[in-house]
Amino acid sequence: MTLANGLKGFTKHALIILFGIAMIYPVLWLVSSSFKPNDMIFAKPGLWPASFTLDNYVNGWRGFQGVAFGTFFANSWLISILSVLGNVITCSLAAFAFARLNFKFRKLWFALMLVTIMLPYHVTLVPQYVIYNELQWINTYYPLILPKWLAHDSFFILMMVQFIRGIPRELDESATIDGCSQRQIYLRVILPLLTPALISAAIFTFIWSWDDFFSQMIYLSDIKLFTVQLGIRSLFDPTGQSDWGALLAMSTLSLVPITLIFLFFQRYFLDGIATTGLK
Amino acid sequence: MSSSRKPLARGHNLTAYTFLLPWLIGFFCLTLGPMLGSLYLSLTRYNLLTPPQWIGIANYIEILKEDDTFSNSLWLTVKYVFLSVPLRLAFALLVAMALNKGIRALGIYRTVYYIPSLLGGSVAIAIVWRQIFDGGGLVNRFLDWFGIQGPSWISHPDYIVYTIISLSVWQFGSAMVIFLAGLKQVPGDLYEAAQVDGANKVRQFFAITLPMLTPVIFFNLVMSIINSFQAFTPAFVIGDGRGGPLDATMFYTLYLYLKGFSFFDMGYASALAWIMLIIIGAFTAVIFATSKHWVFYGDGKEGR
Repeated sequence: MTLANGLKGFTKHALIILFGIAMIYPVLWLVSSSFKPNDMIFAKPGLWPASFTLDNYVNGWRGFQGVAFGTFFANSWLISILSVLGNVITCSLAAFAFARLNFKFRKLWFALMLVTIMLPYHVTLVPQYVIYNELQWINTYYPLILPKWLAHDSFFILMMVQFIRGIPRELDESATIDGCSQRQIYLRVILPLLTPALISAAIFTFIWSWDDFFSQMIYLSDIKLFTVQLGIRSLFDPTGQSDWGALLAMSTLSLVPITLIFLFFQRYFLDGIATTGLK
Repeated sequence: MSSSRKPLARGHNLTAYTFLLPWLIGFFCLTLGPMLGSLYLSLTRYNLLTPPQWIGIANYIEILKEDDTFSNSLWLTVKYVFLSVPLRLAFALLVAMALNKGIRALGIYRTVYYIPSLLGGSVAIAIVWRQIFDGGGLVNRFLDWFGIQGPSWISHPDYIVYTIISLSVWQFGSAMVIFLAGLKQVPGDLYEAAQVDGANKVRQFFAITLPMLTPVIFFNLVMSIINSFQAFTPAFVIGDGRGGPLDATMFYTLYLYLKGFSFFDMGYASALAWIMLIIIGAFTAVIFATSKHWVFYGDGKEGR
């Protein structure tokens, strides 16, 4: 390698790294500010805290109106985990039917499923609210979780259908010859091979339910039921009188679960986006 | 070798519909039913407490003829979509190209650039954004180095939308990952052939890379436009939650939310939702209709 080439490569890396730092600077600022005393957050904008404190975390964790922030975390975890289970189970059931079974009106249902992917949520919002209200489900988690148990996020169905189509049909056929029913083929042949797609669906469902501020705000008003997103929004007062230290500390914590899951499952995650074009 | 089982071709209706059951229930109870319901409600006056009162197309007439907030919010949302989507895709493509050529430590860069997409949808990041674009925030301190005095982005009605757009563009990582995968599919011998023919880098980009990526761009474009139209959290958190300052953050979905769930004018909100559906549908239809002129599927292969 010549010197000029090396220099060119170095410059390129340096640019990419600089740009990368600029990209995650807001996140770094958030994390570092959450460890600064309240009066220094805006006075000293440098990344490294001149004095380091955990007070913000202690104050923030106390929550408000007698409900600790830990409750919000527990609530968010509950909603997200139940959503993940629902999506993974019901979407894979539907995907198996679309990808492997022959039945009347299959093309019609499949086309309708594709259309629902592109449908904006708002066009069903009001009647859904009316229904949940009639069922007295406002201020419960049913409106947030039930749709996931009815395979409502059809994007994942499409993703899994495409994945299943890549699994050789010979496997099904030999399983049939061995006497497997369709149910057994789904459980023993398809599901194990579908694992990468299931994991990507699980991760995306987790993140989307964790961040689903809009539905949470519409359906939950009882502070005991609040999620992390609602808790943070309540700590934040747009007119300016917020306890910024506590707010930034809890904001930082709110990003930890998503970040950890991402780092653990990165491979599935990024490949999942690459093959399906998810978000 | 005669099997006692029915051949595949005869179908398995009962089994299939059992597998489909959850989705079917969801389709009828959460999608089709509510869609028709909102179409009906959009023709009524309804506040959740008293029964819906039929008023024909009065809501639509009021929205289209008299409602200035509607036209402002639609214009604002369209502006947001048409600035943020192309910018985000352009950034994504640019960075993907820079990372594509067998660069070392690609995994780390990919992760770093993806992190904004991962975290960007949260309330936490929207709050951070509000803070770094404030009068004395990071952005203005940075501009200060160059002697530029930045405005208070978030309190000025003309500028706050750019704060929200920048938050969206910042999340280019997910599109970048898709482009990276798309770039890998481009056969290397195309570039070699182009080099032999003396095509320079720019020409190679427009003659090979861009056409080969059009199926990916097409897909990204459709999904980004549909999703951007529905942006809510950034407008709600970076603004004051009521569309201010001076309706400068009154995004379409925020207006719909306020009408339906603050003023409980649910018939009106349903009409807004249907107008939104028609607008999004029209945009999508235009992209689909033009796609045969600019989306290139090599070798007659079916793209996404």
